[in-house]
Amino acid sequence: MSTTDTPAPTGAAGEGAAPPVLVRRARLLGGEETDLLLAGGRVARTGPGGSLEAPDGARVVEAAGLVALPGLVDLHTHLREPGREDAETVRTGSRAAALGGFTAVHAMANTDPVADTAGVVEQVWRLGREVGLVDVRPVGAVTVGLAGERLAELGAMATSAARVRVFSDDGRCVHDPVLMRRALEYVRSVDGVVAQHAQDPRLTEGAQMHEGVVSSVLGLRGWPAVAEEAVIARDVLLADHVGSRLHVCHVSTAGSVEILRWAKARGVDVTAEVTPHHLLLTDELVRGYDPVYKVNPPLRTRADVEALREAVADGTVDVVATDHAPHPVEDKDCEWAAAAMGMTGLETALSVVQEALVETGLLGWADVARVLSSAPARIGRLEDHGRPLAEGEPAHLVLVDPAARRPVAPEQHATQGRNSPYRGMELPGRVVATVLRGRPVVLDGALVGEQPDDAHLGASRGAPHGAAGAS
Amino acid sequence: MASARPVLEAPEIGRVLTRIAHEVLERNRGADDLVLLGIPTRGTHLARRVAERLVAAEPGAGPLEQLVGSLDVTMHRDDLRRNPVRALGRTSLPPGGVDDRVVVLVDDVLFSGRTVRAALDALSDLGRPRAVRLAVLVDRGHRQLPIRADHVGKNLPTAAEESVRVMLEEVDGRDAVLISGPDGAPEPTTEPAAEPAPGAADAEGAR
Amino acid sequence: MRHLLSAADLSREGALELLDVAEEMAATQAREIKKLPTLRGRTVVNLFFEDSTRTRISFEAAAKRLSADVITFSAKGSSVSKGESLKDTALTLQAMGADAVVLRHSASGAAHRLAHAGWSGVGVLNAGDGTHEHPTQALLDAFTLRRRLAERAGGDPARVLEGARVAVVGDVLHSRVARSNVLLLETLGADVVLVAPPTLLPVGVGTWPCRTSWDLDAVLPDVDAVMVLRVQRERMGGGGFFPSAQEYTRRFGLDGRRLRLLPDHALVMHPGPMNRGLEISAEAADSPRSTIVEQVANGVAVRMAALYLLLAGEDAA
Repeated sequence: MSTTDTPAPTGAAGEGAAPPVLVRRARLLGGEETDLLLAGGRVARTGPGGSLEAPDGARVVEAAGLVALPGLVDLHTHLREPGREDAETVRTGSRAAALGGFTAVHAMANTDPVADTAGVVEQVWRLGREVGLVDVRPVGAVTVGLAGERLAELGAMATSAARVRVFSDDGRCVHDPVLMRRALEYVRSVDGVVAQHAQDPRLTEGAQMHEGVVSSVLGLRGWPAVAEEAVIARDVLLADHVGSRLHVCHVSTAGSVEILRWAKARGVDVTAEVTPHHLLLTDELVRGYDPVYKVNPPLRTRADVEALREAVADGTVDVVATDHAPHPVEDKDCEWAAAAMGMTGLETALSVVQEALVETGLLGWADVARVLSSAPARIGRLEDHGRPLAEGEPAHLVLVDPAARRPVAPEQHATQGRNSPYRGMELPGRVVATVLRGRPVVLDGALVGEQPDDAHLGASRGAPHGAAGAS
Repeated sequence: MASARPVLEAPEIGRVLTRIAHEVLERNRGADDLVLLGIPTRGTHLARRVAERLVAAEPGAGPLEQLVGSLDVTMHRDDLRRNPVRALGRTSLPPGGVDDRVVVLVDDVLFSGRTVRAALDALSDLGRPRAVRLAVLVDRGHRQLPIRADHVGKNLPTAAEESVRVMLEEVDGRDAVLISGPDGAPEPTTEPAAEPAPGAADAEGAR
Repeated sequence: MRHLLSAADLSREGALELLDVAEEMAATQAREIKKLPTLRGRTVVNLFFEDSTRTRISFEAAAKRLSADVITFSAKGSSVSKGESLKDTALTLQAMGADAVVLRHSASGAAHRLAHAGWSGVGVLNAGDGTHEHPTQALLDAFTLRRRLAERAGGDPARVLEGARVAVVGDVLHSRVARSNVLLLETLGADVVLVAPPTLLPVGVGTWPCRTSWDLDAVLPDVDAVMVLRVQRERMGGGGFFPSAQEYTRRFGLDGRRLRLLPDHALVMHPGPMNRGLEISAEAADSPRSTIVEQVANGVAVRMAALYLLLAGEDAA
């Protein structure tokens, strides 16, 4: 890719709007070479490759050989702020997201304080706006303090400036069936959705890894697949009963896929996501006791991985969501039982999807746009994301070089987390550019206005505005 | 070991052991209170052969089992940290033990003297002999400790870089003492380390 | 041998070598002077994050008999908190010049982590990690079993355990002893059957190299040895793995009646400490066929052998 700026006539770009951008010869959704002229935050014109002229002052992005997708939308991100700025901040997480090709992320509610009030969600939303690299959509907690006892003020969060539509106690399961029923019913009034972390707490007390052959040998307490499946089965029946919309977070087992398939066939309004790591990695990796592979839900078996890939291909699972979960080094550099659960994922998600789903022939690039952009945007009710790259649509897009291959080096990631399970693996694909509302935020694989090496420094810059919205 | 040159063959080895047996008897004025302890691996077999000859020469010397045993010195060596970990040899004493008896240590090659030093330490953990003597098939010189043998099969002047190898029927399928020069290519230097327990009797440090 | 973390680390040859070295070590322990100079100048750290007086004393005796310097660090009850502790302790030990660490820890995989996380270069001997493994316990069990069976039948010591039939009875789910024993006995050619209530057998046990049964009475007449595992009440946490202690004893306890179901030559083993009256009755524990006290004595010889093989050779590069 190369970019050139044509001299801008004075006053061409009106009140702070980005100058026009001409993306030349990008393969739209992996198809025909297309020119895209972005202006005023929208796709102003499209035309066959090489057909459009750059207007005065436009930045020209040569994209021959690159695939253009609508900007990616993550339905499941942990930005850790407020409370765990040692793990991640809205700023560092936004940088990671932009570098990973995302233009919108849903920030999970398990912060400290928990995002269970309008004040906290507005704080996170405002921090995201200040950073301005991706649209940060806060997820609201379903229950006060994630305690699973009484509903949080879902309506207040929905009507706040953050316009919360996704509610989740992620990290914990809303296991009380009555409470889950009430939540499902209540969010209908705000066009919201409950995103359930499906994990029966009693069946997983002290659980450390998938319960099966490997756990039996390693002597780590098992995390049975049924603990996830039983909750999903209950929830789809509840959603059916009360006529509500349900979203299932990070589905990880073949049995869960079967239940979802059954529920969808029955007409239940249920959607589901799978993480990149559950599409690629298995519990065999735990044999070395390296906590970088410790995650909730746990890595499962090869058969589960295959079933999940099929489920994405046939639409049973709607979305790939990162469950990006950065942790400070000390929370992973210890014995397995003491380690935190979670893996980073924003900067590797697209590569893993290419590896697991595109290169295996299960998905085309148009399908990738569906599972990583349009479907999550629809579930999260993000009206101006996940739209087609067509004239008049919002100009959120990502350019990917599908021919690139690169070993994963977590030290070079923009996230503060170094807990990438793909360390040293060679993965295909590279995000070359990310454009948010017509403004390139990533070009040549680096954040605009920064050398690639600046990436780590961002971590310490923090966000002095952090306290603004705290209640 | 292409350049190995035999210095003793089976018949000479037999004669030498017979002589040692007679020397031991003569020095001890009979077989009373004698215990022969071989140092594994080859010393054990040599001790047994000497004991057989001793019984033949002095029928009153008693059954072989009362006379001969083995003494592993591995755990008393001072060079354990310089070599890969070694398997242990057997230590077995005749029923009467070693207290107040005359112990003849038997080994194949006397070189630096360090093995014998270790053997004396090992022996002192097992009891208090009245006297300790040393019999070796070959003394090749280059002592690093104030130790000398009482009974020597053959004095064999060598260069320090040369390697001496004792082969015995029981272990190697033939009896011979071989000497090979440093020009014998890589074997003399690598072989002792690669195969420490058997067949590397040239340097005691590599047993 | 760089580390001893799992019984699976041992090949058949390696396991037999260790048992043979242990035989020589045991012979030295029958002498008046038991101390050997072998590990003079080496430092062994006993790092116990979990109480286990008998294992700690056994390792301490083994190291001292080989003239190693022994530092015992009982982390339990000290200010050590989880997470930070294992790594920082490892760095401290490295700085103190430890040559080997004997680690007992409540977390499965702790020894593996200490050996391979890149925190320090010391040799690690797993003295029990969570519900994972306890390889020296399996080695001393195999040592005891081999000795006893060889006394009876004779034959090549390398083959005595081939085809030997061993029942391991009790709380397999939480037992590091059972895991190590299954792996080691399989390596040595024995035929193992695990006997436990289904709640105390792990999911996935079907892939282990052994058989399983829920019927102790049916198994006992066909074994050369029965290894009774301790019921780990402290790990049960109200889990209701069985209805009551009385029912457990009735169905899986080794009592006088079951003792008489065993063939005459069969041995009774237990890794200790015993819950007398729960998994084993006094009659069984104190019977002439019980090797329980012998196992303790053999533990020192086996641990001497493990320390010898770990530490006597040249320093690792």
